[in-house]
Amino acid sequence: MEGIALLLAATLNAGTVLAIAGLGLLINERAGIVNLGAEGLMLVAAIAGFATAVHTGNDWLAFAAGAGAGALMAMVFGVLVIWLNTNQYAAGLALSLFGAGFSAFVGIRYAQEKLSERARFEIPLLSDIPLLGSALFKQHPMVYFAMALAAGLAWFLYRSRAGLVLRAVGESPESAHALGYPVRRIRLAAVMVGGALCGIAGAYVSVVYTSLWVEGMIAGKGWIALALTTFATWRPARVLLGAYLFGGVTMLQFHLQGQGVEVASQLLSMLPYLSTIVVLVLISRNAGFIRINMPA
Amino acid sequence: MLKLEVRPQPSKLMAVASPLLALALTVLLGIGLFLLLGKDPLRGLQMFFWEPIKSAYAWSELGVKATPLVLIALGLAVCFRSNVWNIGAEGQFIVGACCAGWVAMQADAGSSRLIVVWILLAGALGGMAWAAITALLRDRFNANEILVSLMLVYVAEQLLGYLVYGPWKDPKGYNFPQTITFLAVSKIPRLVDGWRVNIGVLIAFASVLMFWVLLFRTYMGFQLQVGGLAPAAARYAGFSSRRALWTALLLSGGMAGLAGGLEAAGPLGQLTPYVPAGYGFAAIIVAFVGRLHPVGIVFSAILMSMFYIGGELAQSRLGLPKSLTGVFQGLLLFTLLACDTLIHYRLRWAARPSAATVSGVA
Repeated sequence: MEGIALLLAATLNAGTVLAIAGLGLLINERAGIVNLGAEGLMLVAAIAGFATAVHTGNDWLAFAAGAGAGALMAMVFGVLVIWLNTNQYAAGLALSLFGAGFSAFVGIRYAQEKLSERARFEIPLLSDIPLLGSALFKQHPMVYFAMALAAGLAWFLYRSRAGLVLRAVGESPESAHALGYPVRRIRLAAVMVGGALCGIAGAYVSVVYTSLWVEGMIAGKGWIALALTTFATWRPARVLLGAYLFGGVTMLQFHLQGQGVEVASQLLSMLPYLSTIVVLVLISRNAGFIRINMPA
Repeated sequence: MLKLEVRPQPSKLMAVASPLLALALTVLLGIGLFLLLGKDPLRGLQMFFWEPIKSAYAWSELGVKATPLVLIALGLAVCFRSNVWNIGAEGQFIVGACCAGWVAMQADAGSSRLIVVWILLAGALGGMAWAAITALLRDRFNANEILVSLMLVYVAEQLLGYLVYGPWKDPKGYNFPQTITFLAVSKIPRLVDGWRVNIGVLIAFASVLMFWVLLFRTYMGFQLQVGGLAPAAARYAGFSSRRALWTALLLSGGMAGLAGGLEAAGPLGQLTPYVPAGYGFAAIIVAFVGRLHPVGIVFSAILMSMFYIGGELAQSRLGLPKSLTGVFQGLLLFTLLACDTLIHYRLRWAARPSAATVSGVA
């Protein structure tokens, strides 16, 4: 039983990265922009956050640095795509390739650093519940932030006027323009907010999740987050759910390795990527379902 | 304020000038970066733009790096022209290297030199098979090819790791994760003794010619490009988009696999976890900088190889991290995409925005 509680706690922890990044990308895609640069953006944010945490020792500054780095890179991408009409796939790829190189370049002097274990936030009373308490209510604050973000985003998109405008910009830019909304500026804002969220997710990976910097440490999480938005058919709650599902698969893989299962570790490490493909196939199989839910 | 104005026709001059402009911008940014790091920018530029081309030997090294880039980028050019987004060339390269490596390991003292043909064939088929997974899932289940092909890169890396740490590990290799060193008979023949450049360069040049013919002189190439530029027109003309998808992915997968085979049985000579060197991703930049044109790709591959060698030299001689290569490669693609805007638009100085000039929706 104790093992299951630990697995659950680890799943929430791993899913948080994907949830925050996925929700950020969801905002982008709701505004009609697909940012394939998520991976590179998260890498740069990871090193920005890690370096800040090393120098200041303050996690919140580290998250702010990650968010800033993410927003800045997303802005460059946004200007290219929205104002200069660059192909958004190509621009996103450029961001991913540049981010991988740039983060490795800047990060080389931080490769030896190690942060101390981060403090966990215990919700009083609830965290005393046996088993579930330690799994659910003794997490890093960002874990709760991800949940709150999903709820807040769902309210914003479906219950607020600004959310309606954002969806209109994504689904019918011409009409939104005709109604007098500044389509380009709204899109840029959406791209930058999405980038900032990806940045927070990236900083979470280096500062909290592993507490160290390794070249290329995002290891496809940005791409999985992109797949997650399709999987979730662009709904915030489903993004959160999907993120925990993927987090669970990642953790299951470590769990099995720890249990000494007679399968090579490399084959187990394929699991998160293979399950992403399987999920994509299952969800995309029904073309009509995707089309009904797809923004833009 | 500056504003963009649509050109009546895409500028042919800018299509050629834009990569050069992008290169100039990248160099300028590079000079800034060197100054920021407190290094002599002239020395830095020398590492990237003079050292890699100053002697015949240097050109041989350039050829070693440019060969896989040209081969992979040719396939990707066909993909991107047909609007098929194969981002997983790196994975196809790795699987190609594994398949080629397996054939190479079967060689014994009595093997004929012809085994090299089988090695390269195995590489191409391996890459094709890996790309076929993406094609199948896209074709049958409508799964996004960008994400599937990319996920398969990570799977391929783990597959290679599994093989070299497990069943294929050299029993006499002191427990290092590596296969046996391939016998001399199964190595790709070199062009000149003492230089690393091999017949891969000739294969690359032949491929450039073949891809030029395919793209611009065959009906199939025409169909692929129409499908990419105007899907509706292609459908109306009865060109099969499914066939275009399969053709583009199998071709590019085969080329990436061939490059992997050449690399494994060429400069590497064995399989290790370090087979993936990022050629599959760099080739995306090569394809775009080369204007998705076979001849352009040759030039951009040479340029990108200079970045690779420059990065290595900057590490050994200036004490800078090798990842400088990735920074410059990424910057080049960025600046190129920005400069490409000038092909379809021109910059105009508008005194102040009036109601008539307020720009519309993208």
